[in-house]
Amino acid sequence: MNLTPGKILGWLAGAALVAAFLVGMAQLAIGPAAGAWSATAAGPLGVRDVLFYVLAALTVAGAGGVAFARNILHSAIGLLMALLGAGALYVLLSADFLAVTQLLVYIGGVLVLVLFAVMLTSRIGEVNVSNASVGVVGGLLLLAAVAPVLVAVALLTPWRLIAPGPAVATTAALGDAFLTRWLLPFEVASMVLLATLVGAIVIARKEIKAD
Amino acid sequence: MPTKRTASKISPRTVVLVTLAVGLGLPGALFAAILLLSPLTKPAVIDALVGRVLGVDPATWPWTGLAEGVAVGILAFILVNFGAIVSGMTVWWEMRVSSRMQSRVGYNRAGAAGFFQWIADAVKLLFKEDLIPADADQILFRSAPYFVMAGFALAFVVLPFGESLIAADLNVGVFYLIAVTALVVVGILLAGWSSNSKWALFGGMRSAAQVISYEIPAGVAVMVPILMSGTLSMQGIVRAQGAWPWQWNVFTNPASTVAFAIFFISQLAEGNRTPFDLPEAESELVAGYLSEYSGFRFALYFLVEFGNLWVMAAVATTLFLGGWQVPFVGPEAYAAARGAELIPGAAWWGLEALSMVVMVLKTLVVLNLIVWVRWTLPRIRIDQMMNLCWKYLVPWAFASFLFTLLWQLAVAGTPALATVSGIALTAATALLLVLFLRQTRANLVAMGDRVDLTNW
Repeated sequence: MNLTPGKILGWLAGAALVAAFLVGMAQLAIGPAAGAWSATAAGPLGVRDVLFYVLAALTVAGAGGVAFARNILHSAIGLLMALLGAGALYVLLSADFLAVTQLLVYIGGVLVLVLFAVMLTSRIGEVNVSNASVGVVGGLLLLAAVAPVLVAVALLTPWRLIAPGPAVATTAALGDAFLTRWLLPFEVASMVLLATLVGAIVIARKEIKAD
Repeated sequence: MPTKRTASKISPRTVVLVTLAVGLGLPGALFAAILLLSPLTKPAVIDALVGRVLGVDPATWPWTGLAEGVAVGILAFILVNFGAIVSGMTVWWEMRVSSRMQSRVGYNRAGAAGFFQWIADAVKLLFKEDLIPADADQILFRSAPYFVMAGFALAFVVLPFGESLIAADLNVGVFYLIAVTALVVVGILLAGWSSNSKWALFGGMRSAAQVISYEIPAGVAVMVPILMSGTLSMQGIVRAQGAWPWQWNVFTNPASTVAFAIFFISQLAEGNRTPFDLPEAESELVAGYLSEYSGFRFALYFLVEFGNLWVMAAVATTLFLGGWQVPFVGPEAYAAARGAELIPGAAWWGLEALSMVVMVLKTLVVLNLIVWVRWTLPRIRIDQMMNLCWKYLVPWAFASFLFTLLWQLAVAGTPALATVSGIALTAATALLLVLFLRQTRANLVAMGDRVDLTNW
């Protein structure tokens, strides 16, 4: 690798930015967060808590699989685990409709389409190492950028502790909300989907030449 | 009758008796277990039982959650086994029907009418070597059957068997059912890709394209009974219907008849059944996505494929054909028989059993229809399949959806409309049935043939 003055300058500037960011984050977020940290009173470990930890572990493991797998189909399976785990966590939060929607939209729709798209790629024989990563440096930079923010948010937010109530049906309430108070955002979202569809067709369509 | 090569000590009469005992006893025992367990494994009942039998307060006793979990686990075990057994018996029934339709002898060796053949096949598959192709993706190849199996087994959570006989009457039942079936597609896609075989890959891709496409008309068609009942719960949809044919969802709304047809066709396509069995078209793709599978994993795919017939039939019955509703037995009768006891009396169990019999009979009729369709229609081409879906089923599904919206408004104004539609459509269906039977008889007479039931 031949180092030109421009490259060296670029690296230096990048390093300076990262250092400044880290120092700023430490002062703005980590410090106050560490001060605010206090262990909340833990109750006895019930079935619900065990379930939560199992599901959370599944979700995190799945997310790890997405990030670390070298094969894009293994990543897809990791995604499946993560999405299933998130759906199950919705069930624990007694958001039944949301949980099933998660299952239907993300696993039945998005994941199947991802798998389908992978199968339609032409160089399917070389799929075993198909998940090129940005490299260690890029990963570390991203980690440095994201981790402090996430940690700070997790620690600084005054989380409300709510005793788990009985599961209530949410479907009717959601439907009412979508068709009354949130009608405009709901419709605008569907316009976005329509635009996406039209765009996809325009890109995929082959012009038939009259020859 | 089985013909033995060597002189056998087992008399034909014994064979018939044993076959009948197993053929009726096995599903009978499972139905009885479902009848008993599904009302008794509800958390509220378990809590009360814990309080009464052990004399501890279920709210503070640390093992209440575990007890509830074990109870649900037992019910789940019974339901999955029910799915497996019903799947095997469907194979036998299908093979008997197909051999009759094709003027073959068919299964006739193991047991009377070859009934034990499905057990023999299953045992044979269990003993076969579990081959994994050298170049296959080991993890995905091994795990794919479990996705398929999970999608199948999870459907049983919301399948109603009777008035109170359901593993969990989820508030989002129908929606849940559509969602978990998606896992089957994931399994099929993974099987197709991980086999590292062109046949399997094409089979998996065809299957995915087919299932994704047909989910849309199926989903929109399902909206029709949902709109008519105002709920997503399976039991709620059954409760919104009556016991007589003219009170069923399929007849009380003209658009619902269309929706039923669309739903039925889409279910056939989603279950990869002929005439939509392109994913495993034998003449083109060896065996499609399961070309490379053998032994137990292969058996799992077949278990799901045939077990799905029951699921399809039960869902169609629930959504459109009145479910478990028994004539002359209204919700008050169940409530009166239920009483306030923790374990209800014999009258209630009798009513529940009756509703189960109605549900099972209707399901079997629909299941038989699916089997007939498979052995009657040839496989369609892939372009025809896509045309049928996108150019016919989807627009018709949307049209019946819109019609139902208006129809519900009209019915709210004049409730007599639903009755008129119900009676008119029931009469039309009955007339069609009579014409069908007359035509069948006329065909038989014209061929110089006769209705022959002797080769059963």
